[in-house]
Amino acid sequence: MASSPSREVARRVFAREFNDATHMFKESDDELAPRYSLLPTGRRANRVFVVGTLTETEDVGQDSEIWQGRIVDPDGGTFFTYAGQYQPDPAAMLRELEPPEYVAVVGKPDTFETDSGDINVSMRPESITVVDEAVRNRWVVETAERTLERVEAFEDGGEYATMAREEYDLPVENYRQVAVEALESLDTERAESTTG
Amino acid sequence: MTETDLRTQATEIHEEFSDRLDVTVEEVEARLDTLVNEYRVPIDEARRSVTNTYLDEAGMDRDDLMGGDERVSVAEIDSPEEWVDITAKVVELRNPDSDAIAQAGTLGDETGTVEFVSWSKSELPTIEKGEVYRLGNVVTDEYEGQFSVKLNSTTTIEQADTELEVSNDDTEVEGALVDIQSGSGLIKRCPEEDCTRVLQNGRCAEHGEGDGEFDLRIKGVIDDGATVQDVIFDREMTEELTGITLEEAQEMAMDALDTSVVAEEMDQRLLGRYYRVTGPEFNRYVLADEVTVPEQPDHEATLIRARSI
Repeated sequence: MASSPSREVARRVFAREFNDATHMFKESDDELAPRYSLLPTGRRANRVFVVGTLTETEDVGQDSEIWQGRIVDPDGGTFFTYAGQYQPDPAAMLRELEPPEYVAVVGKPDTFETDSGDINVSMRPESITVVDEAVRNRWVVETAERTLERVEAFEDGGEYATMAREEYDLPVENYRQVAVEALESLDTERAESTTG
Repeated sequence: MTETDLRTQATEIHEEFSDRLDVTVEEVEARLDTLVNEYRVPIDEARRSVTNTYLDEAGMDRDDLMGGDERVSVAEIDSPEEWVDITAKVVELRNPDSDAIAQAGTLGDETGTVEFVSWSKSELPTIEKGEVYRLGNVVTDEYEGQFSVKLNSTTTIEQADTELEVSNDDTEVEGALVDIQSGSGLIKRCPEEDCTRVLQNGRCAEHGEGDGEFDLRIKGVIDDGATVQDVIFDREMTEELTGITLEEAQEMAMDALDTSVVAEEMDQRLLGRYYRVTGPEFNRYVLADEVTVPEQPDHEATLIRARSI
């Protein structure tokens, strides 16, 4: 595919890896330069595409509404997404949706430090839409494939693999295992739907 | 040899000499009929014989003939006013923009595609999309470097029972629709002739303030997790993809007193879904002329791979 010169690709990543990606960085000192999350498998991510089950929504804002959504992937990991006044459409979706529901989210990685000093990773949504199970299943296979590609390329090094080795102590084998479990869950679901 | 076939052959021969000899199609057909049905001469030989007779009478060489037995592939069409035979599949049919045209569209074979028109006054049988035909005696034409073929009253149309793999330069992209960009949905285009610019706040960049004509369009982004591709869906594709017709979109906008409700509805229906889009590339866009929902991938194969790493 010919690529658009400026647009960042939306990475496919399971929740466990996404939540491990606590290191964020910029490529330049420019105030408006894009921020990247460093994936432990050695890629930078300025945008992600996630499909999973929205299990809970809650307004966690103090003065104005900030909607939190929990989105669970088949491996059991949970993505957190927050939409406030600057994301009016996704905020409206989270306000109106009644979980559980399969949703697709396009969003930007974001991090914040909790009072206890932990770094929480979340998504700032660009869009949230309701999708069906077929889309979710396709996302699982695609995300497993992209994850495996990163795992395989990790040994070959590269700028962001090197950075990941420096920043994290997280073996990429973990994420291969996540991909296996996610794919196996499709087997179980299919077996259940045919026997039950 | 049926009578219709004889008549077809006679018409083709007649066409080649009609400017030089005062001869009727019936006379040509009678000569052919004698050779074929009385003397049992194969039609090709009969045709050759009759043609030679008229060549002599007209004082012409065989090279002077317009052709008619010039079989070419689509990619070989490289000059105007050649009379050629092609075997091609009807790739696309378009609505003719004039009463003079009975049919128009695109023909293709293994080597490429070419536009065609069939004139109303030729009263040819209609050809159907997806079918393969042997087209005898079509005439080539050229406009701004683009070649086309014209079906005419001498053209023979014979349906062929073969499949043809049409070559094209289309790009295929598959992935999730991750963005629908501004300028999508219900838009207005400048009504000036030959200007199709999209109006911004009721203004055309070239012709200024204007009423504009409503149209539907989607500028989308298809992303497979590795690369991104900008895609444009025209009105027809947008209607097919969203299930919202231009008329319905105008009603939605009228009810809401706001055209942006159309794009918002399209966001809800399309974003986050997977599509396979094919079409020609133009600048940085793929211009969609086919969209399908891709089949489910084989997760077993991926699982085997995941376990083997």
